[in-house]
Amino acid sequence: MSSSVEALRPNQRPELANLSDDTILESYRAMKLIRRFEERAEESYMRGFIHGTMHLSIGQEASAVGVVVALRASDTLTSTHRGHGHSIAKGADPALMFAEFFGKQTGYCGGRGGSMHIADVESGNLGANGIVGGGLPIAVGAALSAKMRKSDQVCVCFFGDGASNEGAFHEALNMASIWRLPVVFVCENNKYGMSMDIARSSAVPDIAQRAVSYAMPGISVDGNDVAAVRAVAETAIARARAGEGPSLIECKTYRIRGHSKSDRNFYRTKEEIEEWRGRCPIERLRNEVLGLGRLSADRFDAIDAAIEVEMEVAIEFAKASPNPDPARLTEDVYA
Amino acid sequence: MLDKPKDMINQVRELTYAEAIREAMGQAMEADPTVFILGEDIGTYGGAFGVTGDLIHRFGAERVIDTPIAELGIAGAAVGAALTGMRPILELQFSDFVTLAAEQIVNQAAKIRFMFGGKASVPLVVRMPSGSGTGAAAQHSQSLEAWFGHIPGLKVVQPSTPYDAKGLLLAAIDDPNPVLFFEHKLLYKMKGAVPIEPYRITIGQAVVRRAGTDVTIVGTSIMAVRALAAAEQLAAQGIEAEVIDLRSIRPMDTETIFRSVRKTSRLIVVYEGVKTLGVGAEISAAVAESDAFDFLDAPIMRLGGQEVPLPYNPVLEKAAVPQEDDIVAAALNLLRKDRR
Repeated sequence: MSSSVEALRPNQRPELANLSDDTILESYRAMKLIRRFEERAEESYMRGFIHGTMHLSIGQEASAVGVVVALRASDTLTSTHRGHGHSIAKGADPALMFAEFFGKQTGYCGGRGGSMHIADVESGNLGANGIVGGGLPIAVGAALSAKMRKSDQVCVCFFGDGASNEGAFHEALNMASIWRLPVVFVCENNKYGMSMDIARSSAVPDIAQRAVSYAMPGISVDGNDVAAVRAVAETAIARARAGEGPSLIECKTYRIRGHSKSDRNFYRTKEEIEEWRGRCPIERLRNEVLGLGRLSADRFDAIDAAIEVEMEVAIEFAKASPNPDPARLTEDVYA
Repeated sequence: MLDKPKDMINQVRELTYAEAIREAMGQAMEADPTVFILGEDIGTYGGAFGVTGDLIHRFGAERVIDTPIAELGIAGAAVGAALTGMRPILELQFSDFVTLAAEQIVNQAAKIRFMFGGKASVPLVVRMPSGSGTGAAAQHSQSLEAWFGHIPGLKVVQPSTPYDAKGLLLAAIDDPNPVLFFEHKLLYKMKGAVPIEPYRITIGQAVVRRAGTDVTIVGTSIMAVRALAAAEQLAAQGIEAEVIDLRSIRPMDTETIFRSVRKTSRLIVVYEGVKTLGVGAEISAAVAESDAFDFLDAPIMRLGGQEVPLPYNPVLEKAAVPQEDDIVAAALNLLRKDRR
């Protein structure tokens, strides 16, 4: 009722007008949580609490949140090496994620996986993946399984522009289409596959154009606009759930940080990074909503403050958690 | 529940190796709605080697799924289905094509449980026709099992009889882990006694096919069959070989091998995969590291595939992998050296 009234308000973008206040705040909270989680993870890395490497999605939060918030809790997703946002949007506990990053026994994977392998299969998070394109066929299998079990689940498959050049992309999208599976392919096009510009690596400018080859809808969307992403995702998810088959969504976005901790940004300009920093999806949502006179600033501030506390508690939990016991190293190789 | 007539229980009849595999799949699908098969041309065509046969007519196209020619994709689809409550059986047309699917098997299926801290499982069976002897040349004849035997998280099974094919496949389908099931193309028409009722053979248990006192011959897949035939030739010459069919290389039943070597003091390992860095090296090293080493009266001998891609010409093809006479000659050679 209220949303239809809001839709009639002047000067509101239709995508944003369709979102209730609760949904706006939920999306804001999820994006901010991802941002602060990754900033605190980066800081913990610098301070030596985290070894190895990590792939930060700072700047890309709207694609993870816009899609995942439109899912049901029972739905599944496959994620990527840059997958912290997908896990958090799906409801992962930041304390258990920090614990995993810190290599602790209490982490999501008992310290066996680290940043690149966060998974919580029980809650539908079928796992981040260290192999570019690795999750694409797995998502097809999860959707096939959902169809066979008549579970009414949809699987969302996140992957990057880099993965769209893997053979797995072709095999997965074709299979999903011929079998009309309930899967939504979400390409997070952040412009670079490590250092390779999409303009140099892809024969077509928009990954969404490739959907034509698989007779499925393909659409490019501003990946830094959470309301726009959500609107497109809702349509694709509804279509998948109705048995009408897969869709391909391309979220055009940008990673503000480097590919991984080894990246020295030789392949892009400071100006380009600064330009995209100005398109921060979190600030953008907040400013746009405030500008429209919906919600007050203290609603957002309260969320920010709560997240700071949550991060502090989560990091303390990770620090205080025990390391895994080397005597148990070879457990869990086999079920 | 239907009461089965008493004489049906444990009734045994002759089946081919291929029929035994088909029967195992059919019984597993009857018993468990989450079991399904996917692969290339496994539906109306009945499978590249006819193994799935009429299963599509019994279970329908939704549970016997013809797939595009996309080994990486279908392997991944099987992994995703296994991760979410199904028990897929993936058939690859030739085991050589597992190279195309290796990413999903090695990086995903084998590692998911461990990487995710033991909170997930991938109950997947990958069935693959393997081995040489059909004139299919270098890209359709390989024995690649040792590659996968090197990967923690996988199980690798090689049945050599119709009885084992059914029992091991039913065990593989029940197994909560990914199991690579290497079938040998030359065995598909082999006949043997197979009980009608479903039964399971524990994966990781070797079997002594023939007891003997003079030399232990460990064989995998068709090489266990050839070793048994070779043992009959040796018996005619007064040599009693003990023949062990390894049945699975991961997990590997080294204890059965050690026990035999302690008795015979001589060991020959026969396998079709390329000799270097293969199953024979692992078995030899395991014996060398064990107390069975002290019982050896002769060097361990490995008979494996030659260091070449499999050739097309039938004479060359036979020369590329161990044959029955090679095993006989190796045993005679070993015993002769020993007596000198």
